Amino acid sequence: MKFANSPLLSQRLPAWRARFIAALILLAFGALAARSAYLQVVNNDFLQQKGESRYARVIELSATRGRIVDRDGDILAVSTPVKSIWAIPEDARLTPPQARELAALVEMDVHELNRRLAAEKDFVFVKRQIPPDTAEKVAALNLPGIHQQREYRRYYPVGEVVSHVLGFTGVDDKGQEGVELAFEARLAGKPGSRRVIKDRLGHIVEDVESIKPPREGEDITLALDAKVQYLAFTYLKQALAEHKAKAGGVVVLDARTGEVLALANLPTYNPNNRGRLSGAQLRNRALTDVFEPGSTMKPFPVALALEKGRFRADSQIQTAPGRLTIGDATIHDAHPHGLLTVAQVVQKSSNVGVAKIAATLSPEEMWRMFDALGFGQPLRLGFPGEVGGRLRPFKTWRPIEQATMSYGHGISVTLMQLARAYLVFARDGDLLPLSLTRLGTPPLAGNTVFSAQTAHEVRAMLEMAVQPGGTATRAQIPGYRVAGKTGTAHKLEGGQYADRYVAVFVGFAPASDPRLVVAVMIDEPSAGKYYGGDVAAPVFAQVMDGSLRALGVAPDAPFKPLQVARDVAPEPENL
Amino acid sequence: MLRLNLILIAIILASALGGVASQHQARKLFTTLEREQERARQLEIEWGQLQLEQSTWASHARIEKIARERLRMKPPAAGQVLAVEAPQ
Repeated sequence: MKFANSPLLSQRLPAWRARFIAALILLAFGALAARSAYLQVVNNDFLQQKGESRYARVIELSATRGRIVDRDGDILAVSTPVKSIWAIPEDARLTPPQARELAALVEMDVHELNRRLAAEKDFVFVKRQIPPDTAEKVAALNLPGIHQQREYRRYYPVGEVVSHVLGFTGVDDKGQEGVELAFEARLAGKPGSRRVIKDRLGHIVEDVESIKPPREGEDITLALDAKVQYLAFTYLKQALAEHKAKAGGVVVLDARTGEVLALANLPTYNPNNRGRLSGAQLRNRALTDVFEPGSTMKPFPVALALEKGRFRADSQIQTAPGRLTIGDATIHDAHPHGLLTVAQVVQKSSNVGVAKIAATLSPEEMWRMFDALGFGQPLRLGFPGEVGGRLRPFKTWRPIEQATMSYGHGISVTLMQLARAYLVFARDGDLLPLSLTRLGTPPLAGNTVFSAQTAHEVRAMLEMAVQPGGTATRAQIPGYRVAGKTGTAHKLEGGQYADRYVAVFVGFAPASDPRLVVAVMIDEPSAGKYYGGDVAAPVFAQVMDGSLRALGVAPDAPFKPLQVARDVAPEPENL
Repeated sequence: MLRLNLILIAIILASALGGVASQHQARKLFTTLEREQERARQLEIEWGQLQLEQSTWASHARIEKIARERLRMKPPAAGQVLAVEAPQ
């Protein structure tokens, strides 16, 4: 039977059935359209994102921290990648031999390792910052739940010699002390990121867009000269051992530019291995510890008196009988000197002489000079904990206080402030701001404190102090003309002067055209000698001699043997 | 008409294949670039480590020790030094 002849075809169906089917189909289309509109319009962003996450990746672009180099480009601090080993304790089910092997590789106690892995946390560091080759060996063990991540570690090749200047960074490569902290903003890099498409095998196929290029940390060129720094550190260390002193500091400044060429402190620490650090080791004494400068202060009131025309360098002053009573207090000279010229007062370091000179100055004049020299205010080099020392307002000064201040008691300074103040004599009476970083062009002139003539006159007096008849013959350097001043001060303890001393020497050379200012401070020498001329002056001579030679400064004096017989002690100065 | 269509189809095919080929080429070059950049980063790191090593070997303390102990050198006495002015 043919299909066309089928009796079923002749049967009439009700019209609603066709319409019902058509409506159903229409409804189905409608549902499809609504669904696609929902996916394409309403939910579009979410789905796009989901899809992209299957192939697009954001990659972190790490930036390295800038290097710190000395003025000749020698590396003082550099960051290099290391690995940190971390674990998911739940996954890290190690067998005892595995644990032993891992502990041996990362140089760790097995019990300590097991204790960490037993912690109720999702994430623990097993060991941070291990060398890349050790990390590869750990990776080769293929232990479950043990992972690695890349970090940067800071290395200081020069070690303890420069630790106080550089400071250090924390485990997260952020500066915590010294230059590392002071220049954090410039040293720190800013990590960037990029979005890429990766293929099935994890190869990068294409850059989608470069989102953020990383900003590498800037290199910092310090004013520091590694050679001079090494000399300062070595000689200071020798002197501390020889005199059984508690602490000490040396500062070397470039007299032409105000750059800090060396800053050494003891006790110190190794910045590469900072387990068990004490506060005493961390102190950057040259900037954070104040002391009474003693006789090293004397040239300043003398210079002011010359400047104001109250005296001339050859004016005579009666210092006999070595005592001077002001109000109800009496000041002494260790040895009575009799009639001295102003120049000899500085040379022989007479307390009475300086007090008489200072008595011709008003408290306000003296305060203005101390203030202009930078005493009483921090240097603001950016170091943490910098202090300004004590300089009381002149309105509260009593005459005896003004007298003691003229020879460095009742006023306190840091070693760096003292060294900087001596720039006025090493230069033509002007004071430069200090710089930790190398300067491209040196500043032309700083704030004028004294006239050039006064500065030259005081320079001649300071040269006399180093020559026979002065207090600092041990500061002499064969071949160079040296100028400087000793200081010895009792230490203040609980408001009382104790039988402990601070020995100081500040000076500069070559005196004909000063290039370097060196300040030395030795705290509590306790091997018998404690005068600045015996303890601090030899360190000054060693550091200055070595530095002048290292910098190739031409000698300005004919060579002759030291102008003092070896067993004749220099004249003792006054306390 | 037919001939024009054939020509157009041929052009489209050629351009499509060209697109695929150049995309492939681009990816290959990109991988090379990526590899070289990675190498540059590695070299940069190695340079840092070498600098570190160099400054460790060249530390003043080590040089002084070797000069004094192994080479038996000492600073010249002041009378032995002759300063020469450099011509300006």
